[in-house]
Amino acid sequence: MTAVLDAVGLGKRYGRRDALVDCTLSIPAGHVVGLVGPNGAGKTTLLQLAVGLLAPTSGTIKVLGGQPASDAHHLARVGFVAQDTPTYAGMSVADHLRLGAHMNPGWDAQLANDRIARLRLDPRQRAGKLSGGQRAQLALTLAIAKRPELLILDEPVASLDPLARREFLQILMEFVADQGASIVLSSHLVADLERVCDYLIVLTRGHVQVSGEVEELLATHYRLCGARREVREMPAGMQVIDASHTDRQSTFIVRSAVPIDDPSWTVEQLTMEDIVLAYMTQAAAVDGRDRVLEASR
Amino acid sequence: MTWLVWRQFRTQAVVATAALAALGVFLVITGIQLADYYSSSGLSACYGACSGATTNFLNSVANGVTDTAHNLNNGVMYVLPAIVGVFWGAPLIARELEAGTHRLAWNQSVTRRRWLATKLLALGLATIGVAGLVSLMVTWWSSSIDHASMTMLTPAVFGARGVVPIGYAAFAFMLGVVAGVVVRRTVPAMAATLAIVVFAQIAMPLWLRKHLTTPVRETLPLDVNQITNLSSVNNGHMTVQAAASKPGAWLLSNQTITPSGSVFTGPANMTACNRNTSPESCINWLGTLHLRQALTYIPQSRFWPLQWIEASIFVALALALVGVCFWWVRRKVA
Repeated sequence: MTAVLDAVGLGKRYGRRDALVDCTLSIPAGHVVGLVGPNGAGKTTLLQLAVGLLAPTSGTIKVLGGQPASDAHHLARVGFVAQDTPTYAGMSVADHLRLGAHMNPGWDAQLANDRIARLRLDPRQRAGKLSGGQRAQLALTLAIAKRPELLILDEPVASLDPLARREFLQILMEFVADQGASIVLSSHLVADLERVCDYLIVLTRGHVQVSGEVEELLATHYRLCGARREVREMPAGMQVIDASHTDRQSTFIVRSAVPIDDPSWTVEQLTMEDIVLAYMTQAAAVDGRDRVLEASR
Repeated sequence: MTWLVWRQFRTQAVVATAALAALGVFLVITGIQLADYYSSSGLSACYGACSGATTNFLNSVANGVTDTAHNLNNGVMYVLPAIVGVFWGAPLIARELEAGTHRLAWNQSVTRRRWLATKLLALGLATIGVAGLVSLMVTWWSSSIDHASMTMLTPAVFGARGVVPIGYAAFAFMLGVVAGVVVRRTVPAMAATLAIVVFAQIAMPLWLRKHLTTPVRETLPLDVNQITNLSSVNNGHMTVQAAASKPGAWLLSNQTITPSGSVFTGPANMTACNRNTSPESCINWLGTLHLRQALTYIPQSRFWPLQWIEASIFVALALALVGVCFWWVRRKVA
């Protein structure tokens, strides 16, 4: 299967600020991909590059094998719900569906109407009068009813209350089940994505920290507790992501392709949240070191 | 795509149609009055020497409601481009950028280029249509006055007739669009558009228009009976100006020169031209000097060539702004 998203050395720079640095990624088709990172990590930049709203300053990005937004045909294959789920405030719900029908050759009117009915949205209601959750649902409906092969959502649930959040993600899952499409969605909260994603990308300060299938990540990351020792004493083939020490004890979070059978360790499995936090902590620690170095200069 | 453009432009289109209809009614009502003056003054049936009828007609026009209507119509022609630029051009894309809806529009199965092209084409044609229609109506309404007063080339009138308003409107519209794309906020874009359009409307007649065509330079014997302006001071310095008999022309300069070609500044003959003598003695003395009148003017026959030149300049500016708009939307906006 070809990759839905293929980035090689991708970079985006705004003036003198790097938003995304040397990002190399290959996301296989058929996944629900969670893009996690703290605010300002470059998630929006990466997604906007993927839908062709932005052009890269360096490197290349291919989506579904083609240049993002290169022509109408390619646009039809990718659905996008931007951050804050923009809709036309002065236009009614029905107008938005008409817009979708007029601007997308593959528009599925039945699907769109069913969804609006199920959400109990009044078609005559202006989008500006909808609640945040309803607006997000309307934007999602527009993106889904064009029947894309890849659906990209930028912080789709950020502005929703927990109930609306669950509803939204449920509809998203139904869409995947029905159409077998791939999805990429971003969030700064792992908890939002934990239940729906089977592929994870952690992005911090413009750098991809880790990416891979959730199952594989869960199977290769461990928390090790044992007598105190230094990072350099760790065996080769084991990548230390996070280390913390007390006087007698050390705790490591490591990535290891082979199972750990050293009896001197207490080995614990990690949750997705643990893994993401470990990578974010690592990135923050590296930044901290940089700052110390800069200060001592 | 055309559906979306229509849906977004619908309200403005209705407002514009209503305004056009109101203007049409106003022009018909005042036009009837104007036609009445035209026939009652005898001007409509006059051939040849018509100065009396003309004066009658212009006096009637100046004293009636038609005078207000005439000024109002000229005003409308100058306000129209600014309105189009501010209310059609500036919000066209700025409002999308402000609300983030461009991210919705640009991810439908329509390329950004086509989205922009459709918007610009639809509203650009509407702009040209409205400006053309209003100009046609006003030019037609004012034709009897313009014909009688021969003021078509007067800076304030010239910009309110013919094809020039279409050029201004097209320019103002594209200026608004580009300002909106660059500034990315509707209200500041509107303000910038208004300022630049007003500046263009002032700069063109004041400094630029006279350079669009080569004016006629002519030197005639000074007719001392046509002297309108005569001043002399005690030290003998003197200036003289006579009326130029160039009906309908746009007079750029009118100087009185000596037979040798220099501007006449005296010295005055203090015996002929002093406080105690009659003006005639001074004028008679001036008649003996063989003074000449040097005129620079744009003749009335140049009205249409000048109209087309000026309109083309603004249309060309508008087209250049179309290019800027496409470039900016492709490169700079996300």
